[in-house]
Amino acid sequence: MPQMHIFEKIVYMDHILVAKNVTKTYGDYTALSNISLQIPKNCIYGLLGPNGAGKTSFIRIINQITYQDAGELWLNGEPLAPKHIASIGYLPEERGLYKSMKVGEQALYLAQLKGLTKAEAKVRLAHWFDRLNIGDWWDKKIQELSKGMAQKIQFIVTVLHEPKLLIFDEPFSGFDPINANIIKDEILRLKENGTSIIFSTHRMESVEELCEYIALIHKSEKILDGKLSDIKRAYKNNIFNVGVHIEKDADAFLKSLEEKFNILSSEIDPMEHQLNFKVQLPSDHTGEILAALSKVSNINRFEETIPSANDIFIQTVNSKDNGK
Amino acid sequence: MASKLGLIIKREYLAKVRNRSFIVMTILSPILIVGMIVLIAFLTKINDDETRVITILNESTFYRDAFKPSKNISFLQFNDLTVEQAKDSTNALEYYGLLHIPEGATVEEVARSAFLFTKDNPNTSVTKELENVFQNRLRQERLQKLGVTPEQFSSVEKPFEINLSTFDGERSIRGVNEIKAIIGGSFGYAIMMFIIIYGGFVMRSVIEEKTSRIIEVIISSVKPFQLMLGKIIGNSLAGVTQFSIWIVSASALLFVAVLIFGIDLSALSENSAMPPNAMGGMSEVGGMDGKMLLYAKEIYGIPWGLLIVSFFIYFVLGYLIYSSIYAAIGAAVDNETDTQQFIFPIILPLMLAIYVGFFSVFSNPHGPIAVGFSLFPLTSPIVMLMRLPGGIGEGGVPLWQFIVSISLLIVTFLGIVSLAAKIYRTGILMYGKKPTYKELFKWLRYK
Repeated sequence: MPQMHIFEKIVYMDHILVAKNVTKTYGDYTALSNISLQIPKNCIYGLLGPNGAGKTSFIRIINQITYQDAGELWLNGEPLAPKHIASIGYLPEERGLYKSMKVGEQALYLAQLKGLTKAEAKVRLAHWFDRLNIGDWWDKKIQELSKGMAQKIQFIVTVLHEPKLLIFDEPFSGFDPINANIIKDEILRLKENGTSIIFSTHRMESVEELCEYIALIHKSEKILDGKLSDIKRAYKNNIFNVGVHIEKDADAFLKSLEEKFNILSSEIDPMEHQLNFKVQLPSDHTGEILAALSKVSNINRFEETIPSANDIFIQTVNSKDNGK
Repeated sequence: MASKLGLIIKREYLAKVRNRSFIVMTILSPILIVGMIVLIAFLTKINDDETRVITILNESTFYRDAFKPSKNISFLQFNDLTVEQAKDSTNALEYYGLLHIPEGATVEEVARSAFLFTKDNPNTSVTKELENVFQNRLRQERLQKLGVTPEQFSSVEKPFEINLSTFDGERSIRGVNEIKAIIGGSFGYAIMMFIIIYGGFVMRSVIEEKTSRIIEVIISSVKPFQLMLGKIIGNSLAGVTQFSIWIVSASALLFVAVLIFGIDLSALSENSAMPPNAMGGMSEVGGMDGKMLLYAKEIYGIPWGLLIVSFFIYFVLGYLIYSSIYAAIGAAVDNETDTQQFIFPIILPLMLAIYVGFFSVFSNPHGPIAVGFSLFPLTSPIVMLMRLPGGIGEGGVPLWQFIVSISLLIVTFLGIVSLAAKIYRTGILMYGKKPTYKELFKWLRYK
C-alpha cells in the first residue's frame, strides 16, 4: 500500500470506490487514460459516455476481469483485491445465460460462484422469484424463456449475493417498458437499503431520474464529474420561461420589458390575455423582473430552464471536440 | 478458490453428460462398432466358407490321387466322358470349373497339356492351388529321376525356421516387435482420438459461452484461467466416462455377439496379428503350442506397469496441452465455422505422430526418426508410447530419452497453457471479430 495522506485516507474510507489515474491500453489503442473518480457510498452513480468511450473497460477493471496498466483502485477503503469479487455485483451489457440449463440450477450455480452456500442461495432465490412473480420458472430451460424473462433472471443473479457495490451496464436494454419500470424500482429500493450503484449508459434520459452523481467519459478520458444537481447548476444559463396574465396593452408591456431585459422569444394570446416569453437574466437574481411583472400582471408561470443531462453531455463533448 | 473450480468442473461435467447427443453417442457407438466387427467377421466367414467344386476329367494314368479336397476347393471325378460332355455337365451343374488332364506318356507331358475350363477368368487362389499340385508332382518326378525317393523328398520338404535368440541367451520369436508396437500404438491411438474428440468438446463449450454471452457474468466471479481449467477437466471427465462406458459395453456386446453368432474372431486377427507364420503354411501345427507359450511370455514380459503409468502421464499432459489450445481457439472465434483455419495446425502433429508411429516406429522402434518424434513434445505422447512396450533401459528406450521426453512435455505444457490462457482471457471478451494469427499474437502481450 503506498504512503498516503491522512486526508486521502478519509476520502478513501468515505467512498465505495476511488479510482486514481487509471490507464488501460490494448496494444496501440488507449481505452482509458488517467481516469480518476470518487464514487460515494449509498448513491447511484452514472457513468456516461458514447459507445466506445471506455465505460466497459473501466467496469471490467473494477470487476478484475482485466487489469489496469497504471493507476490504483480502492474499494471501501481497501486496495482492490480478488476477495472483493464477492462484494461486487455486475450486470454486463453483453449478458446471457446457458441456453440448455434450467433456470433454477443456473441461478444456484451463479450464486455459488459468488460465494453463497447452496442452502442460502436457495432461500434467497425463492424470495426473489416470488418478488418478481416468476416462481414457476424454476424448472424451465432458458431457451424456453423470452429475452425479457431471461433478463429478470440475470438481474436476480446479479443482486442475489447482496453486494455492497452493484454495477449495471445498460441495464434497461432488452426490457419492455413495464419490466424496465419493475427493474428501476428494484434498483431504487436496493439503493434505499444501502447499496452503492454504478449505472453505465449512453442513454441520457434514464440518468435524470436515477443518478445523483455522474461522470462523463469521452474518448477514454473523463471530461466531467460530480453531483448531477451541481453540474446542472453550473451549466444553467439563467433562462426562464415566464407566463403572465395581462388584461390590456400586452404589446406595450412586452416592449417595455424588452428594453430592460434580454427577451429571447415571446408570444401573445389576445383571446386569453396571455403573454408567454423566454428571458435570459444576467444572473440568477429574479427580484427585479418579478417586481416589474407583478406591478401590472398576474404571474402564472415562472420557471428556470435546467439543462438536461443530454444537453450537458452534448455541449461538453462538442466543446471538448472543438477545443482540440 | 478450490471450491469454485469444483463447481465449474461439476457443471461442465453435468452439462456434457446430460447432453442428448452425448448420450446418444455413448449408447450408439459401441453398438455400431460391434455391429461392424460382427459384420466384417460374418462376411469374412461367408467368403471363406464358399467351397468351389472342380470337376476332373482325368484320361491319364498320373495324378490319380493327387487332388485332395482343401478348405476352398473340392473335387469331383468324371469318368468315361468326352471333354465336351464334361464341359456341358460341369456348366449345367454350375460347378466352378473343369480340369481336363489328357492322356500322355510322361508326367511332364500330361502336365503341359492339361487345361482348366471355367466360366469366367478363374480365381487366382484356385489356379494357384491346382498349380501347386502339379508343381509338387513334377518336382517329385524330377527328383526321382535324380534318384531321390518320395520318402526322402517329403523329409527334405519339411519347412525350416531359423532359431532366434537374444544375446542374453533367451529365445526370441518373430513378430514380437510388431505386437509390442501394436499394443503401444493402440495406447497412442487412444490418446489421439481422445484429444480430437474431447478437445473439440472443450472448444465448442467455450464457443457456447461466448455466443450465449454468459461468459462475462461468469468471469466477474471466477478467474478466466479457473474457468478454462474447470472446463477442460470437466469435459475430460465426461470423456473418461464415455470412454469407460464404450470399452465396457463394447466388450460385453462383443462377447454376446461371439456367443450368439458363433463368430471366430481369430479369423480376423490371423491376418494381422501373427504376420510371418500365418502366411507360411499349415505344416507347423506341432510347434504352435510352444510358440504360443513364448508369445504369452513376451506379452507378459511387456512392462505393463511402466506402460500404464506412462500412458497416464503422457495422456494427462498431452491432453492438457492440446485441449488448452482448443480452448484458446474457441475463445478467439465467434462460431464453429471460423475454427477450421486454426484446427488444422493442431491436428497436423497428431496425424504426423500416428503415421510416423505406424511406418517408422514399427519397423525400427529406436531409429533416429522414432527417437526424434518421441522427444518432440507435440508428438511424444503418441510416439513414445509406441516405443515403451520394449521397456526402459537395455533393449528398450534409453532412460535419458524417457526423462528428456517427459521434461520437454512438462515445460511445453506450462508454456502452452499459459499462452493459451492469455489468448483465452482476451478472446472471450471479443465479439464479432474473426481474428488473424497476427492478432492472436498481439493478445499475448495484453496485461
